[in-house]
Amino acid sequence: MRVRIEVNGEQHVADDVWEGESLLYVLRERLGLPGSKNACEQGECGSCTVYLDDVAVCACLVAAGQAHDRRVRTVEGLADGDRLDPVQEAYLVSGAVQCGFCTPGLIVATHDLLRRNPHPSDPEIREALAGNLCRCTGYEKILDAVRLAASRSDGG
Amino acid sequence: MEFLRPTTLADALAAKAEYPSAVPIAGGTDVMVELNFDKRRPDALLDLGNVAELSTWDVEGAVLRLGASVPYARIITELSDRLPGLAMAARTVGSPQIRNRGTVGGNLGSASPAGDAHPSLLAVDAVVEVASATGSRRVPITEFFLGPKKSALAPDELVVAVRVPVATGPQQFAKVGTRNAMVIAVCSFGLAVHPGTTAVGTGIGSAGPTPLRAPEAEAFAAQELPWGTRGLLSDAVARRFGELVAAAARPIDDVRGTAAYRRHALAVLAKRTLGWAWDEHRRSR
Ligand SMILES: Cc1cc2nc3c(=O)[nH]c(=O)nc-3n(C[C@H](O)[C@H](O)[C@H](O)COP(=O)(O)OP(=O)(O)OC[C@H]3O[C@@H](n4cnc5c(N)ncnc54)[C@H](O)[C@@H]3O)c2cc1C
Ligand code: FES
Ligand code: FES
Repeated sequence: MRVRIEVNGEQHVADDVWEGESLLYVLRERLGLPGSKNACEQGECGSCTVYLDDVAVCACLVAAGQAHDRRVRTVEGLADGDRLDPVQEAYLVSGAVQCGFCTPGLIVATHDLLRRNPHPSDPEIREALAGNLCRCTGYEKILDAVRLAASRSDGG
Repeated sequence: MEFLRPTTLADALAAKAEYPSAVPIAGGTDVMVELNFDKRRPDALLDLGNVAELSTWDVEGAVLRLGASVPYARIITELSDRLPGLAMAARTVGSPQIRNRGTVGGNLGSASPAGDAHPSLLAVDAVVEVASATGSRRVPITEFFLGPKKSALAPDELVVAVRVPVATGPQQFAKVGTRNAMVIAVCSFGLAVHPGTTAVGTGIGSAGPTPLRAPEAEAFAAQELPWGTRGLLSDAVARRFGELVAAAARPIDDVRGTAAYRRHALAVLAKRTLGWAWDEHRRSR
C-alpha cells in the first residue's frame, strides 16, 4: 500500500509498504531516516521514540498505515539547521552519550518532557524517562543532561 | 494483508462484519508486538485510529461513558477526579510512550488476566458496550472475561465504550512488580468504597485465569466497616479483608511469581488499600 506522511515538515510518500509494517521500519528503511533506532521492536526500550501528531510514541508500535496523513517529528527534525536543539546540546556537554544508541529516543522523550513541564523534579524526570533504556551510562549523566536542558530553558 | 481505515463507527462495524477475521488495532501496543515478532499474520488490520466516536468520553448521569480508544494518558489528565481507581491503574501502565497510545478498549480486547484496567473496572461494576453491524449490547464486566485472553466479544463485534460509574467514594489500585515502571503485574488489586450505599467493590488482577472479584471480602467489609461512626479501621478487620481477597484468587506458579507469593501479596495489597481508602473517607468532609 501507499503511505503518505509528513515527516519533519516535509511530505513523504512510501510505496509497496506491507500492511503489517511499523512506522519505525518506514522511517528507517524506506525514507532514509535512521535517527530513530530499532532495538527491541516491543515498546520496551524507547530508542524509537518519535512524535506522532505531537504525541511521543514508540514508532515500532505504530502501524505504518496508522501514520498515513499524519505528522511525524523525529530526532532529525529537532535541530534548526546546524543549530542543535538545547536538549541535544545538553546531552553533548553533559557526557550523556556513550555508544549513542539510546540517545535519539532519550532526546525526543526529554524534549517532550520539557515541553510539558519546563522545570521537572528528579522523580518527574525518572518517571518521564522510564520507557527509555540505556545500557552504557548508568543514567546519572542523562539526568544531568535533562537538568541542564531544563535550567537553560525558560519554558520556551 | 488488507489495511482497513474506517472513519466512522458505522463503517468500522461494517468492515468487521465483512472481514470478521480482521484484527482491530487501536494503540497497537499489543497488536504490533505480535506482528513484529511474527506471532500473528492476520488477513486484515482494522485501524480504529480515525474513528472519532471511539476517542471521546461523556458523562451520562451517574455513569461516565469512556470511548474504547481514549488512551491512558488522557484518562490520567482528564478523568482522575471522576474515575480515580482507573486513573491510578492507568498511571502504572508501561511508560509514557505506552500510556500515550494504549487504550482500555485494547486492554479489554486482549483480555489478559494481567490487564491493569480490569481490577478497577470490576471494583465499580463497569459495563462494556459492544456493537456489531446488527446492533449493540451491554456486557457486565463480570461476564466479559471468559478465560486467559478470551472475552465475550463475538468475531463481528467491537468494544465501543466502557460505562464506568463515577466514583462515589475513595478508590485505590495497587500492583506488585519487579520495578516501578514497565512491568506486567505479578498481581494487582482494585478497590472502590461506596459510603452512600455502605458497599465495597473489589477486583483482582493477574492471580487467576481471568480478572476476578472477591465477593466474600466485599460482603465482609460492607458489614464490618464502621460506616456510622467513621471510626478507625481495626487491624483485625483490615487483616481479615486481606485474607478473604487472597482466598478469592486462583493463582498459578509462573515466571513472574509463585501462586503462594501471589496470595500473600494480594492479602497485603488488599489490607493496605482498604486502610488508605478508609483513611481518605474519614478525612473527607
Ligand atoms: C512495553 C509495554 C508495556 C506494557 N505495560 C502494560 C502494563 O503495565 N499494564 C497493562 O495492562 N498492559 C501493558 N501493556 C499492554 C498494552 O499496552 C495494553 O494491553 C493496552 O491497553 C493495549 O491497548 P492498545 O490500544 O494499544 O491495544 P491494541 O494493541 O491496539 O489492541 C489490543 C487487542 O485488543 C483488540 N482491540 C483493540 N481495540 C478494540 C476494540 N475497540 N474492540 C475490540 N477489540 C479491540 C485488538 O484487536 C487486539 O487484539 C504493555 C505493552 C507494552 C508494549
Ligand atoms: S525499538 Fe521501539 S521501543 Fe524498542
Ligand atoms: S549510550 Fe549506549 S545505550 Fe545509552
